[in-house]
Amino acid sequence: MLGLGAARLEADMNRLMALLFHQGVLDEQFMQLQQLQDESSPNFVSEVISIYFRESEKLLKNLRSLLADRECTDYRKIGIHLNQLMGSSSSVGAKRVRTVCLAFRAASEHNNWSGCLRSLEVLEHEYCYLKTKLHELFQMEQQRVMAAGARYHPLLS
Amino acid sequence: MAEMVAGDRRWWLYRKAMVVLWVSASVGIWVGLHWYIRRVSMRKAEESLVSMCEERARMLQDQFAVSVNHVHALAILVSTFHYQKHPPALDQETFADYTARTAFERPLLSGVAYAQRVVHSERELFESQQGWMIKTMKREPSPVQDEYAPVIYSQETISYIEALDMMSGEEDRENILRARATGKAVLTSPFRLLGSNHLGVVLTFPVYRSGLPADAMVEERVEATAGYLGGAFDVESLVENLLRQLAGNQDIMVNVYDVTNASEPLVMYGSQFPDGYMSFSHVSMLDFGDPFRRHQMECRYSNKPPIPLSAITTPSGVFVICMLAGYILYAAWNRYDNVKEDCRKMEELKKQAEAADVAKSQFLATVSHEIRTPMNGVLGMLDMLLDTNLNLTQKDYAQTAQVCGKALISLINEVLDRAKIEAGKLEIESVPFDLRSILDDVISLFSAKSREKGIELAVYVSDRVPEILMGDPGRFRQIITNLVGNSVKFTERGHIFVQVHLAEHSNTITEAKVETGLNGHSGEAKIISTGTAFDTLSGLEAADCRNSWENFKMVLSHEQTLPTSSGMPNDNYADKVTLMVTVEDTGIGIPFHAQNRVFTPFMQADSSTSRNYGGTGIGLSISKCLVELMGGQINFVSRPHVGSTFTFTAVLQRCDKSAGSDAKRALSEVLPTCFGGTRAILVDRRPVRGAVTRYHLQRLGISVECVSTINEVPNAIQGQNGCLRSGTHSKQPCILLIEHDSWDTKADVCLCNQLIQWKENGRIIEIPKVVLLVTSESDKTKAGSDVDIVIMKPLRASTVAACFQQVLGIGKQQTRDRPKGSASLSGLLDGKNILVVDDNKVNLRVAAGVLKKYGANVECAESGKDALSLLQLPHKFDACFMDVQMPEMDGFEATRQIRLMESKATEKNRIGPAPEEGSLKTAWHLPILAMTADVIQATYEECLKCGMDGYVSKPFEEAQLYQAVAEFLVSDS
Repeated sequence: MLGLGAARLEADMNRLMALLFHQGVLDEQFMQLQQLQDESSPNFVSEVISIYFRESEKLLKNLRSLLADRECTDYRKIGIHLNQLMGSSSSVGAKRVRTVCLAFRAASEHNNWSGCLRSLEVLEHEYCYLKTKLHELFQMEQQRVMAAGARYHPLLS
Repeated sequence: MAEMVAGDRRWWLYRKAMVVLWVSASVGIWVGLHWYIRRVSMRKAEESLVSMCEERARMLQDQFAVSVNHVHALAILVSTFHYQKHPPALDQETFADYTARTAFERPLLSGVAYAQRVVHSERELFESQQGWMIKTMKREPSPVQDEYAPVIYSQETISYIEALDMMSGEEDRENILRARATGKAVLTSPFRLLGSNHLGVVLTFPVYRSGLPADAMVEERVEATAGYLGGAFDVESLVENLLRQLAGNQDIMVNVYDVTNASEPLVMYGSQFPDGYMSFSHVSMLDFGDPFRRHQMECRYSNKPPIPLSAITTPSGVFVICMLAGYILYAAWNRYDNVKEDCRKMEELKKQAEAADVAKSQFLATVSHEIRTPMNGVLGMLDMLLDTNLNLTQKDYAQTAQVCGKALISLINEVLDRAKIEAGKLEIESVPFDLRSILDDVISLFSAKSREKGIELAVYVSDRVPEILMGDPGRFRQIITNLVGNSVKFTERGHIFVQVHLAEHSNTITEAKVETGLNGHSGEAKIISTGTAFDTLSGLEAADCRNSWENFKMVLSHEQTLPTSSGMPNDNYADKVTLMVTVEDTGIGIPFHAQNRVFTPFMQADSSTSRNYGGTGIGLSISKCLVELMGGQINFVSRPHVGSTFTFTAVLQRCDKSAGSDAKRALSEVLPTCFGGTRAILVDRRPVRGAVTRYHLQRLGISVECVSTINEVPNAIQGQNGCLRSGTHSKQPCILLIEHDSWDTKADVCLCNQLIQWKENGRIIEIPKVVLLVTSESDKTKAGSDVDIVIMKPLRASTVAACFQQVLGIGKQQTRDRPKGSASLSGLLDGKNILVVDDNKVNLRVAAGVLKKYGANVECAESGKDALSLLQLPHKFDACFMDVQMPEMDGFEATRQIRLMESKATEKNRIGPAPEEGSLKTAWHLPILAMTADVIQATYEECLKCGMDGYVSKPFEEAQLYQAVAEFLVSDS
């Protein structure tokens, strides 16, 4: 029963991953990130992702406040923030977030305030989506590990 | 308003004044002309009067002169026959006879008489000789005088004056005195003649005794005077005769005056008080031969000369013409005014309409924006709500709310777009983008729906379309998403096929097609009648025949004949690229009656459409606007119950070659390159679909051979093996792709058996992996045990790559296949102390993770300053990875400082004591590698300039990492 649950969870995870890949939310970099996770650093991926979320939320907040006022918007600062967000996004393989960042950066380079605002909205939306899905994924992963643990426990002992 | 009324009033007055002015000017013209013509006619009359007057005067004068001459002749006669003959040969009888017979010569003279000069001393003698007494004019015996002038001879007509003393008459006496003094004919002033009672004058001529010289003195003349010849001129009858002879005498009044005394002229002819037309007259001087007396003739018209008819008609005609011209001008002016006024009104209305339009757009934009902001909040909250622990019902509700909210947001976005386009505020940006990945993304977006419905969704981009284009990717995506979205919405079976070609290329093909048009069409008709499958993607008929295999094959072959290398079009073609994008579906189509308003906003085919399929119908109008903004046009072909094909063109720019390669790395989805040389055999009945699959596989570098049925597979494999045997020995794996509709379990079993057999025979080295391509979930069940993996359509290069990696184990193989790379990296990095500097925590963590994996000991620093403090000499680090873009102190600056520090230390070492044992290095040089996301030449050069040793791109790639690290780190092993 439990074993079956684990298999199902794994299948679900795979399906979810496949969906995310298909939608272009994630790319190969995420796979590489997963490959980096081994016995020596078992929580590497979730660790990196949680850092990513923390940093990104900070950046998004900053961006939102920078764009609050149309007249005195510091496009240079926005550019710096976007570069950071883009760097970290490409590191974790959040492809769609990164693409949106590109458009955002183009808009900020043109000092296009409304374009920036639009991009920010899309960016927040993408980010939320990514966050939700990754949380879902990690939840499944956790359950899977737990299930696997429950399954393998007797064998180990 | 009041101003306008005032203006109107002023205008009205002005117009009235103009009319009055014009009429008075016309009247003026009339009067002027009339006067002019009258003046001319008057002058003519005057001239004719002058000429007539002169003519009469001359005639009168001439006739008078003739008469005077005759009197002169008579005087000579008397002197000759009376005084020079002794005894005188002349007597009363002879004189009377002669004068009566010659009277015709003197028509003007009523009669002539001769008076002899008798001095008082001779009176008695004379009286006795003659036998009568000298009498005065009053027929009384003459009183005593100095001298007398009794008439001795007279014409019969005036015989009553015989014996009368001419000296006794005042006028006659004066005449006689003057005549004998001058020796010429003299005239009396006019008086009433005796007898006729007509006005007349008396002409007196002196008769001298012979021998008087021509220049004799007055006394001599008086002395020599013998007598006087006189005659009475009947001036009145003279003039009347004269006038009677002349034409036009009725019209003219003639007066003759004696003006010897200028102050009181004496009338010789005509009434005393002149009548007739007084305003003009002419005076001609008359010379009757008497120098003492002066006469003149005055002529005038008896009636006023009539006003000529032309003096009335001509000005009247001109007046009428003037009035007409005035009316025409007035009418034209009026019309012009009306038109101007209308025009002004229209202009005003137009402005109002435009203002209303702009206001509408602005209102829409504002409202949409205002709605969107809170909606985002709602959606965000819903997202967060979905993250929390909800039971199934709650989750369902929340999800429904989210879906609705998203629909609302997308609608608002569309309205906003539309409003922006209408307000002219939408700008098309120009940034480099990868068309293929955008299409992949769009396809992925609709993959779930298409799978659900079992529709074949495919995309094909011509090889000749450059990889990187400059344009507005967002808007491009929007158009395609909209078109594909519509197609997905309205299609229940069959396919949706997105194609991108170069427009000029596509046009040549279409032209070629037109040439064979007739045949093609008849063939098509036949196909319809027989009901066989069509050569399209799914085998269903499409509205536009462009995608039939015939056509598609032509496009493909055309592409192959032309050089497909990307270099060539770059060099030869202009900067602009016109793409032609076709979205074809086999949906319900658009009814003919609705086809002409497809692009009208908020207009769907009919109201039932929105009930059945939802949507607002604004998308296509936005797409049209966007396409037009991109310099292209959109149109479609649609047949109800067959399908629709939307085609649009867009003008994009080529990317510079140098920028292109950089941009490509940044923009394109990175496709794994590990499939180079892999072979695949595709089993597909439909050539179009085959071509699409081939396109995706070729993007991965897989060479594809296409066969139409599963039975041909062995031959194809044989062929490949033939190649293998002939020397190009390769261990590249082989993949067998089979379309779901070609898949047949029985056939497959046969095939598998054969393959296994072959392997045992050693004819093939490896059994090809079998991949089944399916479009819907239900087809998945078809896959038997023989299938290695099932790929769900729509195809997407990265998905396919992931699947292939999985099935071929290439991912795993990589680590296995390339132990060298990995091992050497491990060898290089194992046990090394490496400092990673990056302000981005995520990147820092990932970089650290990667390096740790190869056994390195990693330390992290989050800023340039931290790195500097960690790198204070001496330090233990073997290498440093430095992020370029960091706040406060960026990578370049940090590196410069590190280098400065190192050079100082080296200097000190050289001067100072021998180096310590621990650090044998004579010169410090820490390898510093830049980490950067955008790897462009300029960045690289700057890296080197500030003393860096190399760079690696983020995220890390194993090969590049190895390459970069190998230069600087010496392997311990």
